Amino acid sequence: MKRKIVLAVTICICFLLQSTVFQSLSFAGIAPNLLIIVISSFGFMRGSKEGMFVGFFCGVLVDIFFGFYLGIYALLYMYVGYLNGFFTKHFYPDDIKLPMFMIGASDFVCNIVIYLFMFIFRQRFHFGYYLKSIIIPELIYTMVISIILYFILLMINQKLEASEKRSAKKFEF
Amino acid sequence: MFRIRNHNKKNRLSSKHFLLIMTLGCVGIFLLSLTFNISGGPLNAVAGYVFVPMQNGINNAGSWLSRKVNDFRTLSEVLEENEQLKQQVADLTVDNTSLKLEKYELENYRKLLELDEKYPAYEKVAASVIAMDSVNWFDSFTINRGSKDGIEVGMNVIAGGGLVGIVTDVGPNYAKVRSIIDDTSKVSAMVTSTQTNFIVSGNLQTVNSDGVITFSGLKDKDNQVSIGDQVVTSYVSDQYQQGILIGYITTMEEESNNLTKSGTITPIVDFEHIQEVFVILNKKELGEENVPVVEDTQTTEVDTQ
Repeated sequence: MKRKIVLAVTICICFLLQSTVFQSLSFAGIAPNLLIIVISSFGFMRGSKEGMFVGFFCGVLVDIFFGFYLGIYALLYMYVGYLNGFFTKHFYPDDIKLPMFMIGASDFVCNIVIYLFMFIFRQRFHFGYYLKSIIIPELIYTMVISIILYFILLMINQKLEASEKRSAKKFEF
Repeated sequence: MFRIRNHNKKNRLSSKHFLLIMTLGCVGIFLLSLTFNISGGPLNAVAGYVFVPMQNGINNAGSWLSRKVNDFRTLSEVLEENEQLKQQVADLTVDNTSLKLEKYELENYRKLLELDEKYPAYEKVAASVIAMDSVNWFDSFTINRGSKDGIEVGMNVIAGGGLVGIVTDVGPNYAKVRSIIDDTSKVSAMVTSTQTNFIVSGNLQTVNSDGVITFSGLKDKDNQVSIGDQVVTSYVSDQYQQGILIGYITTMEEESNNLTKSGTITPIVDFEHIQEVFVILNKKELGEENVPVVEDTQTTEVDTQ
C-alpha cells in the first residue's frame, strides 16, 4: 500500500515537472522525458509487473492531457515498462551503466515508435531530420537528467524495500 | 529454494496475463474513444481536479520568478525599448486615424446597402497556459479554463491578435488546445488581398528550423499574391471563425502541377513564449451539422492515424 502511494506521488511529480518546469527549461523546443526514466527505472529495479503498471499510469496521464485518443501512450509506455522488467536479473544498484543504457534505449525506442505510427503515415519521410533534431537531442537531454533522477528513484526504492522488509519481519515474530 | 522458484514462476505467468489483459483494455479504451469520440469523460474531471491546481501553482511560481528575473534587466535596455515603442505608437496613431476615417466611410456604405456587421465582436474569455505537451513531437497545451467557464470543443484560441489553435478537449477546469503549428493541424485560410482559399498546415520540421508553417493549394494564375501578404482564416472553414489573422507569407513557389502554389507562412503569434490566450466563446455556426469540408476530413484522417 505504502509503495503504491509513493509510486503514485512520484509519477505525479514527474508528470507535473515535465509538463511545466522542464518545458520552460527546454533547449530548441526539446524537453527531457522524465516519465520514461521513471517507467524504465521501476521496470528494471522491480520487474515486469511493476514496470507495466507504472508505464500504464504514466501513459494514461499523457493520454488525458496531451494525447489524441485514450490508450495510445498507455499501451506504448506499458510495454516499455514490461520489457525493462526482463533486465532485472542484470541489475545492480551501484552500477550505473545498465540503468543509463536502458533509459536511453527506452527513450529511443519510444520515439521511433511514435515516428513510425504518427509521422510516417502522413508522408513525413525525412527520418534523418527527425532523428537529428528530435530523437537524438531528447535522448541526450533525458540521459543527462537521468543521472540525477535515477539516483533519487533508486533511493526511494531502497527505502521502500527496507520498510517492506521490516514490516515483513514484524509479521514473522 | 523450491518455494521461491515456484513463487517466481507464478509471478511471471501472472504478469504475462496482466500484460495481455491490460493490452486488450488499452485497445478497448482506444476503440471506444475513437468511435464515440469521447476523451476521458469522468477521467478528465478527476485528472483536472488533481493536476490543474498544482500546474496552476507551478505556473504562478514560474511567472513570479521570471518577473523577478526581468526586473534585473538593465535600465538602458528598457529605455531603448521605450523609445522604440513611442515611435511605434506614433506610427500606429497615424494609421489608426486613417483607418477610423475609412471605417466611418465603410459604415456609411453599409448603412446605404443595409448590410449587417461583417465581423461581429466575439465574446472572449482569458486563460493562461498551464502545461505544455510533454511529448516533443506535438504542439498542444492545456489552459486553466474549462467547461465551467463555458469553453467547448471546437472553440478558437487567439493571442496577441493572431490565431493560436483550437480546443480539442475540455475538462471541468481545463481545456486542451492544439496549436496551428502542430504537425497534424490543418486550417483553411485565405489571402486578404485576393480572397483565394488554400490550406495552411503545421509542420514540425519547418517550425523547428525556421519558425514557419507551410501552405499549399493556393490558386494564383495571375500572380496577384506576393510575399508579405496577410493570411487570415477563411470563410469556408467549418472550425475557425472567419478573418482571424494567421500570419504573413514568407516564401512561395509553384507546385509541380503548375496550377497552384505552396510555400511558408510566418505566424504572428510567438509560440515559444505563449502564456496568456483568449478563447473565443462563439463557435462557428453551420447550416447543417457535420458539413464535410476538405479541411475537416483531412484533420480527422490525420487524427486517426
